Amino acid sequence: MGTAYTPGLKVSAEATVDKVRRLPVKGSVLVKAGEAVQPSTLVARAELPGDVEIVRLAERMSLDPDELQGNVKVAVGQTVEKGQLLAQVSGFFGMFRTQVNAPFAGKVEYYTEVTGNLGIRKPPVPIEINAYVSGSVIAVLEGEGVVVRARGAFIQGIFGVGGERQGEILMACSSPAEVLTPEKVPQDCAGKVLVGGSLISSAALAKAAAGKAVAVVVGGIQNQDLHAYLGYDVGVAITGDENVPLTLILTEGFGRIPMAERTFNLLRSLQGKCASVNGATQIRAGAVRPEIIVPHSEAVAQSASAPQAGVLAVGTPIRAIRDPYFGQLGEVSDLPPEPVRIPTGAVVRVLRMKLGDGRVVEIPRANVEIIER
Amino acid sequence: MAVKPEDLRVVLATDCGSTTTKAILFEKKPEGWRQTFRGEAPTTVEAPFEDVTIGARNAITEVEELSGRRILSPDSTDALKFITPAGGKDGIDLYVSTSSAGGGLQMAVAGVVRSMTAESAERAALGAGAIVMDVLSVDDRRKPHERIARIRHLRPDIVLLSGGVDGGTREHVVELAETLLAADPKPRFGRTLRLPVVYAGNKDAAAAVEVLLKERFGFQTVPNIRPVLEREQLGPARAAIHEVFLTHVMSHAPGYDKLIAASPVPILATPHAVGMMAEAAARRRGIDLLAVDIGGATTDVFSVCKGVFNRTVSANLGMSYSVSNVLLEAGIGNICRWLPFAADPDEIQGRLRNKMIRPTTIPQALADLIVEQAVAREALRLAFQHHRSLAVGLKGIQQQRTISESFRQTATGESLIKMMNIGMIIGSGGVLSHAPDRKAAALMLLDSFEPEGITELYVDSIFMMPHLGVLSSVNADAAQEIFERDCLVHLGTSVCPFYGRLKPGSPVLKYTLDPVASSTGVPARGTSSTGVPARGTLLCGELVRIELPPGATAKLAVEPAHRSVDLGRGFGKSVERVVRGGHAGVMLDGRGRPLALPGGAAARVAANKRWMEAFGLELPGDFTTEGTENTENSKG
Repeated sequence: MGTAYTPGLKVSAEATVDKVRRLPVKGSVLVKAGEAVQPSTLVARAELPGDVEIVRLAERMSLDPDELQGNVKVAVGQTVEKGQLLAQVSGFFGMFRTQVNAPFAGKVEYYTEVTGNLGIRKPPVPIEINAYVSGSVIAVLEGEGVVVRARGAFIQGIFGVGGERQGEILMACSSPAEVLTPEKVPQDCAGKVLVGGSLISSAALAKAAAGKAVAVVVGGIQNQDLHAYLGYDVGVAITGDENVPLTLILTEGFGRIPMAERTFNLLRSLQGKCASVNGATQIRAGAVRPEIIVPHSEAVAQSASAPQAGVLAVGTPIRAIRDPYFGQLGEVSDLPPEPVRIPTGAVVRVLRMKLGDGRVVEIPRANVEIIER
Repeated sequence: MAVKPEDLRVVLATDCGSTTTKAILFEKKPEGWRQTFRGEAPTTVEAPFEDVTIGARNAITEVEELSGRRILSPDSTDALKFITPAGGKDGIDLYVSTSSAGGGLQMAVAGVVRSMTAESAERAALGAGAIVMDVLSVDDRRKPHERIARIRHLRPDIVLLSGGVDGGTREHVVELAETLLAADPKPRFGRTLRLPVVYAGNKDAAAAVEVLLKERFGFQTVPNIRPVLEREQLGPARAAIHEVFLTHVMSHAPGYDKLIAASPVPILATPHAVGMMAEAAARRRGIDLLAVDIGGATTDVFSVCKGVFNRTVSANLGMSYSVSNVLLEAGIGNICRWLPFAADPDEIQGRLRNKMIRPTTIPQALADLIVEQAVAREALRLAFQHHRSLAVGLKGIQQQRTISESFRQTATGESLIKMMNIGMIIGSGGVLSHAPDRKAAALMLLDSFEPEGITELYVDSIFMMPHLGVLSSVNADAAQEIFERDCLVHLGTSVCPFYGRLKPGSPVLKYTLDPVASSTGVPARGTSSTGVPARGTLLCGELVRIELPPGATAKLAVEPAHRSVDLGRGFGKSVERVVRGGHAGVMLDGRGRPLALPGGAAARVAANKRWMEAFGLELPGDFTTEGTENTENSKG
């Protein structure tokens, strides 16, 4: 037995998924524990404190800050309306007054005598969060949000861009090796989660976006096509907030890589069903991966499995995640305990992998991931 | 666990890095302190585990398996508990740890003038081992609302606010505090934590700043980092940063409460611990020194020049999580220029992106390894460039300089680092420490740092400088002993003449390398036909490597072939000195400074092949996606 370095990506027809829906600031929870929710159900609401804008009173009145003393007409904590007088100084015999009025409504947050600046906090901005998936509320995080449990198919991708969306799954390719070209993007793809095979071309992505598809799930994309879609290169892989017309989820990686057959077949079996998808990716050791969740209508199970470190054993289904066998599937046939010299000259712990065609190859343990069920 | 240095026999140290957690066992043997076993496991500070101690426990378990020593206490289920003290084959006397997991310590700093107080604040933060996310100043050419928007977007662990000399104008630094208040940034960890702000500016403005910030921030004041223009005082600010990092920030990171509780010794930020070892090495040898630690997410560079220590942490320059950012900053052309084979840039970019999304994988094919080493050259080059831009002017506490010097520094931005004076370069981090062929690590250091004159090159054998740094905080002698004996691996001595314009292929210098008795008793003789004694002429554009094994020494005599050639004694002057051998022996680099690669792609590939051959490095037959390299390798 040994430990896999790369946590496997989950591809499961029957999974229990707990989604924490948390407000960025304290607020109120709108649902109760045990309540059934739909993706669009609002579960919590809060008010984000408005931004503080600085009003440079002294500068605008051409005065030294100490000359303002006694001439500021509002106090810290006071609510002000747009246009309300903030400070006023009279000139000779009360004439030639200079004054500053509030440029917007808000609350006086501070006034500093040293600078003669006034800070006004704008009114709070309401924010709401929805359930994202169909399921039931299993826990209420008082004042913060809820945990929604969904049971159904759960597929993790390796990399994605774009945030949470919902749509109906539609197969655009008939095999995992097929390239998703513009011709294969259906005319009527509005609101759909399109599933491709090994690759999506830049033109196909553009056509899907123009047709108002909500997401594309595909094996790989060429680096330059992702650049064209985003308009920039991804540096550090923290994604999900991109302003893109559709969410893109890669199941395998960069380049033309056939989608794992299991993933493809599962998605095919879910055609026509409503999926919640999210391209958000944050790559740290086994961190946030993009996801496709297709909840069932059946009753929700009571417990979700806790994450576990991947344990390799003979027979464990694995996928090679680095050249020269990148993308190939197989199973562990042997776990030699002693480190072995590999072609680079490095001496590392390896495993023997039985590929689909029956060949047995030696691969560093760091270069496989367990296919989680 | 009691921490009495004299009682220590077995010490376990972990470094919780951004990608992997490394556990190392140090033991006191009859011959002295030694590093004995090492284990590693993926770091688990991020989701889905969100508990740094899971990765630490896995790495420690590997040490247990390899050493046969039981270390973890049977009741160590949730909390990290150890069998203490060490007795027979079981237990340890002390557990210590460093950490850069979860992105390390991330800070935003602010000062009134970019080149004065803001720069001092930046040095204070970097010196404390932080990644500086942004430097804000009144003259940073941003409008106030842009500054506010930027701060709002950041999620720092700590903010260091400085500005103004004591008794000077208060307005600007108070305005910076107003900006901070308006932005109201949230801390990265801990939803209930009030973002710590360390104020180290004009003492006369401290009260006004405190009034503004004390409600919303975890506010504390320390003595001004620039009490007067000509004096920089970084110590108190750095101490406050350490304290806040340990007591507030780190304890809010996932699992760190348990990690902190597991050791009686404060956890150190990884760059801080590495810096302690680098500084000690330079002090002991009385030389100028450079050290680098290239990690998965960041690259840290350390320099000690004329006794002045500087440290920089280049966020987002690294070999795994940050590999795509290296690609972005360096450009694919700069990465491909180091390859000894023709390759499709798009294919290389695709591979690097795949490395980014699966950061813990390692190269299996030789060509893949060479691509990673090309990326490393660029990451090191960029990080060193960053370091040189900041290793200027003042250092540490109470260092004096005159106003005119201060202005000169600002005007010129002159780096403190003079490559000709650097006597030693130490490389650390996976791509250097674990390079399958140590000679490749030497070539990477030569290409990215471009040493001048005569320089000794080393790597950290298994990446243990962080562990030794934190050990040194308890037992400096033990750390020192292990550092010299098990950590430093001598790659060899580089001889790099600086010269003006010379025609490619024309003579640069004549050299002779003759045997002398080695101080360590190893006979000074070559291990191959190209070994010592050796004599010849180094040509412009050429790399020559002469075998001289680790521990051996030889007498080097160099005579410039031209008046424009300098080896540290001055232009046209001969040099004679005893040099030490290493895994790469003595390396004569006639490629000139700054290092310029041939213009055309074919010529560049040919040059890289020549240089790799000169270093006896294996070359892949071709760059393919099917991994056929193993059968096509040719020995260089």
